[in-house]
Amino acid sequence: MSGDAGDAAKRSSSRDENTEKPETPGTGAGGASGPTGASNPGSAGTAFGPQEIARRDVSGSAAGRAREGMFGIQGSGDTSGFGGLRLPGYAPAPAERPYGGWFDEVADEAAAALADDGGADFDTCVHQVTVDRGEMTWYVDREHLVRLARTLRDDPALRFEFCSGVSGVDYGEGVPQQLHVVTHLLSMTYRRRLRLEIALELDDARCPSLVDIYPTADWHERETWDMFGVVFEGHPSLTRILMPDDWNGHPQLKSYPLGGIPVEYHDAEIPPPDQRRAYT
Amino acid sequence: MTTSDQTTQDPYAATSRETTEGTVYTVTGGDWDEMVDQTAGDERIVINMGPQHPSTHGVLRLVLELQGEVVTDARLVIGYLHTGIEKNCEYRTWTQGVTFVTRADYLAPLFNETAYCLSTERLLGVEVPERAATIRVLLMEINRIGSHLVALATGGMELGALTGMTNGFREREEVLHLLEFLTGLRMNHAFVRPGGVVQDLPEGYEERIRSFVEVMRGRLPGFHKLLTGNRIWRQRLEGVGYLPLDGCLALGVTGPILRSAGLAWDLRQVEPYLGYEHYEFEVPTDTAADSFARYLLRVEEMSQSLRIIEQALERLEPGPVMVEDAKIAWPARLSIGADGMGNSLEHVRRIMGQSMESLIHHFKLVTEGFKVPAGQACVPIESPRGELSAHLVSDGGTRPLRVHLRDPSFVNLQAAPAMSEGGMVSDVIAALASLDPVMGGCDR
Repeated sequence: MSGDAGDAAKRSSSRDENTEKPETPGTGAGGASGPTGASNPGSAGTAFGPQEIARRDVSGSAAGRAREGMFGIQGSGDTSGFGGLRLPGYAPAPAERPYGGWFDEVADEAAAALADDGGADFDTCVHQVTVDRGEMTWYVDREHLVRLARTLRDDPALRFEFCSGVSGVDYGEGVPQQLHVVTHLLSMTYRRRLRLEIALELDDARCPSLVDIYPTADWHERETWDMFGVVFEGHPSLTRILMPDDWNGHPQLKSYPLGGIPVEYHDAEIPPPDQRRAYT
Repeated sequence: MTTSDQTTQDPYAATSRETTEGTVYTVTGGDWDEMVDQTAGDERIVINMGPQHPSTHGVLRLVLELQGEVVTDARLVIGYLHTGIEKNCEYRTWTQGVTFVTRADYLAPLFNETAYCLSTERLLGVEVPERAATIRVLLMEINRIGSHLVALATGGMELGALTGMTNGFREREEVLHLLEFLTGLRMNHAFVRPGGVVQDLPEGYEERIRSFVEVMRGRLPGFHKLLTGNRIWRQRLEGVGYLPLDGCLALGVTGPILRSAGLAWDLRQVEPYLGYEHYEFEVPTDTAADSFARYLLRVEEMSQSLRIIEQALERLEPGPVMVEDAKIAWPARLSIGADGMGNSLEHVRRIMGQSMESLIHHFKLVTEGFKVPAGQACVPIESPRGELSAHLVSDGGTRPLRVHLRDPSFVNLQAAPAMSEGGMVSDVIAALASLDPVMGGCDR
């Protein structure tokens, strides 16, 4: 769709101008793409603007746990040297202008439309823009989600008339604002796709509902409630959808066990998948 | 339970019991009139259909509120086939994930695999070789024919057109035989893998596919002879399950249902992937926005798929079917042995006898898997039922942090009440059949 779009932008990691932001781990197997690739030293001159925003963003868009050691082995004598590895948690790098392709146009139009109706401006609604692998993600403040979505849907220059889906992501314990609600929007008029992401604390998992704007969000939000326990405020009937009505817990949370049982083959016992050795 | 006194004479008569919500009847079929007699004066009835009912397309439960025979309120209850595929994927390597997602929408397994692999490849930043992309297109289009045939077959069965069912499944058997020859399995192939496909097509694939195309060319017109001109079929479908374009967009409906409302939205053409922009085919549309239009579109799409299959055969050039990168590509060289599929003897001989490094590499890649750079990706593709995409999130490890399938069955089913409320109860079945939901994909 937009292979050339974010090529320059996604490499403009703000690593060197923002020392407080954890570095992205260079664990790429393919190695070629992603925000871990290269940094852009050219924009280090800007004194506070981007730096301020980037510093605030780390909690809102953190997307990975810091790691120590390797192979998930703890408490044994380390003879390999891998036990000393320290990898900081991953956080998607904020993109810098120009984002490339139509990304700038959408951001400009949204900013203009939001300014027109007199509410909070674009930078307040969207606290980080990330362009990664040719896809644009906006990290949105939940207070402004509904207004932003309405603008995106109704503005003639934006026309994101189609909501492709809403789902959740649990980044696991130890990540600030570990619960994310991800909304995929599609503009059939302009053939563009946009991802809205809201970061939530696990003990304050509340998010405004988009059902008024995109009726299709109904079941998606029910599923996200069912699987992650995110309360969508304003949803007409937020009930469980996949699990039975009287189920306890929200299965897609990382803290919820998979519930596998060990399997025996002849003399060997194979542990359930969630208890097998993980290499990450 | 208080049983009505007719039961003593007729073992199949409607039974009833009193509950706090009112009288609950258990109706099994031919005793509908009797139940209506008993409820005379109380016209508003809530009936429960499913989850095990031949007309609900799998384990779907419908709660219908009826005024006479008119549906005033329809509610769908899903989740009976929830298998936790998304959760399970989080505890498997990226390659193993393929075997899970393929089981979601079990009528379109190759689409699930491809959607998952395309997103994985975007995360990895790799591009599959030309031949692998063409093989994927080829398999997906064969699969699309099979899926649409089941839609026609089960749709026919649900409306009482049993010959449509037998013909549809007979034709689908051709599809499954062909897929078994090409991939080794009739369903749940796990043939598409991150980085390409697991192995090259077997010898003699071209003749088999060409003869398949020939057979299908001969048989597809049979549906027009059997159903399209059939008066009963038309009366059951025309004007039934109406959902106009604005309704489709609001409810997120895609696929043949959206195209039956007049929008030529087919991701193969509007957002091409795997080189679909090089194929010549048409996206059939209609403006009737009813079940009959959807039936016609599915038949036409099968013909278009045959065109794509032929072009894909022409485009197949010899070459690798997996990326060159040894950090991602499955090290095994699979072959069909006398006892089924397994590693080729040469490969086993090499890793066991000659190259310790190859053995280590093989072992590490198979047990540990490859690492995928942190980030998220979502590549939508056009499945037989509409937009299918896998939203994948990686934290840089060898397992996905999150796998979410945006399955068209799940989304399209939301439109069922809009299609059937205000219509007759018998039309609910026709409307549902035209949605072609697959509960495996819906509930995942």
